[in-house]
Amino acid sequence: MEFFIQQLINGITLGAVYALIALGYTMVYGIIQLINFAHGEFFAAGGYMGVILISYLAAQGLHPYACLGISLVLSMGYCALLAMAVEQLAYKPLRQASRLAALLSALGMSIFLQNGLMLTQGVYDKPYPTEITAGGFEWGLISVSYMQIFIVGLTAVLLVALNILVFKTRIGRAMRATSQDKVMAALVGINSNRVIATTFAIGAALAAAAGIMVGLYYGSVNYSMGFVPGIKAFAAAVLGGIGNITGALIGGLIIGMVEIFAAGYISGEYKDVFAFVILIGVLYFRPTGIMGENVDDTRV
Amino acid sequence: MANLTLDDICVRFGGLQALTDVSFSLTEGEVVGLIGPNGAGKTTVFNVITGVYKASSGKVDYDGSTITGLRPYQVLSMGIARTFQNIRLFQNMTALENCMVAQHSRSKVGVIGAVLRSSAQRREEEVIAEKSQKALDFMGLGDKTDEVASNLPYGHQRRLEIARALASEPQTILLDEPAAGLNPAESVELMEYIGHITDLGINVLMVEHDMKVVMGICSRIVVLDHGVMIAEGLPGEIRKNPTVIEAYLGQ
Repeated sequence: MEFFIQQLINGITLGAVYALIALGYTMVYGIIQLINFAHGEFFAAGGYMGVILISYLAAQGLHPYACLGISLVLSMGYCALLAMAVEQLAYKPLRQASRLAALLSALGMSIFLQNGLMLTQGVYDKPYPTEITAGGFEWGLISVSYMQIFIVGLTAVLLVALNILVFKTRIGRAMRATSQDKVMAALVGINSNRVIATTFAIGAALAAAAGIMVGLYYGSVNYSMGFVPGIKAFAAAVLGGIGNITGALIGGLIIGMVEIFAAGYISGEYKDVFAFVILIGVLYFRPTGIMGENVDDTRV
Repeated sequence: MANLTLDDICVRFGGLQALTDVSFSLTEGEVVGLIGPNGAGKTTVFNVITGVYKASSGKVDYDGSTITGLRPYQVLSMGIARTFQNIRLFQNMTALENCMVAQHSRSKVGVIGAVLRSSAQRREEEVIAEKSQKALDFMGLGDKTDEVASNLPYGHQRRLEIARALASEPQTILLDEPAAGLNPAESVELMEYIGHITDLGINVLMVEHDMKVVMGICSRIVVLDHGVMIAEGLPGEIRKNPTVIEAYLGQ
């Protein structure tokens, strides 16, 4: 029983990370029907920017929490700008082209960004100063680290902020309007290019936060770290119903849980297989995903 | 002010000449009808004015400046709003949200302000909601505020389209077949609403097939056939114009 609860806690933590990444996939898909395969690279870029900033700020003698907070905000901002640049360069010129063209451009961008990270940061793992969030609670055999509380808590805060943004603000209305009918949105005064850029920025900022979380959680980042979590988060977005924000959250949590439980009860070596088994199963039996039926209600 | 002038507008799609030398104007508080048989190019005129299509030649002037080549969202911020022949509401937003969206270009708080819920953002949201509610009230939809657009009956959806256009605070409204699918009683109601709109000093350019509506409220009528203007004049003149009758009925 303790083992089960422990795995549940670990699963929620990992699921929160996947959910944050999945949101970027789903929001971008909702607005321009593009699977942004470069999205995982924003996650990696965020992780790297995070460790660079944290180390720098720590060297200046700042309080560890201040280091973390400032690095988080700046990394999110950096990835938002990076995503807008990528969108401008690699996707905007292909807006009128076939969807396959944009998809290939996304794959190319992914390779470009990943190699860029490798060339500038090296091929070796970069260690994270994990002592910032060391420690935790323990009840018998169950332990919850501060890190896990931080991950789940920050994810919750970001989700609430995103929800307010999408459903209660003028930017959110513009995003929803653009996703439903681009021409009409333009005719009521919305600059769709700007809205699309904003959507990319928000998605990448969330991925950057996830990158820092993962860096702190596993203790290091690597230039290729965006690939596998990126694909798993994509599986989560599809599972939840691509284009649907709530779906991305649910999908992320499910994929995270499945992975942890598979690792715990079946085999650690096969944990990656299950996310993809789910992806294939969903595409085969229910391509619209869990929330797919009312996909229009909350898609961005 | 708010004078819309089309000057020798031509539109070609490949080999197809959709509009040829279309020139007319619309002055403040006026209701002009744009009529013609199917495929005459009426909706193309709307698309050129609002920046959805580019004119191959000619220009559109509005309010003393040239608006040809502007993007649709820029045309709207100049003060020209439009509705569609087939209803194009944001179907899964509420009636109020549909109108609030139209306030986009009249408001400015960005992502950061929105996330932080700054007091400026909250104030702006209140103002947007208030103005949008007024637009709904104006079109007799005051009690439908939180109704999701797709759940509204057809007649109300038509009125919501106009309310949304009004919510963008336009000086000119282009109505594309506002009476399509309305029963006679609803058409009469619609004419009253359009009358109220012109009372606000907003001028209206209207494509409409229902001649009762056109003759009832238009001060002037422009007739298109195969992309060419074949007549322009007062309703009484147009009704008797032999070229117009021929275009509609054939020889």
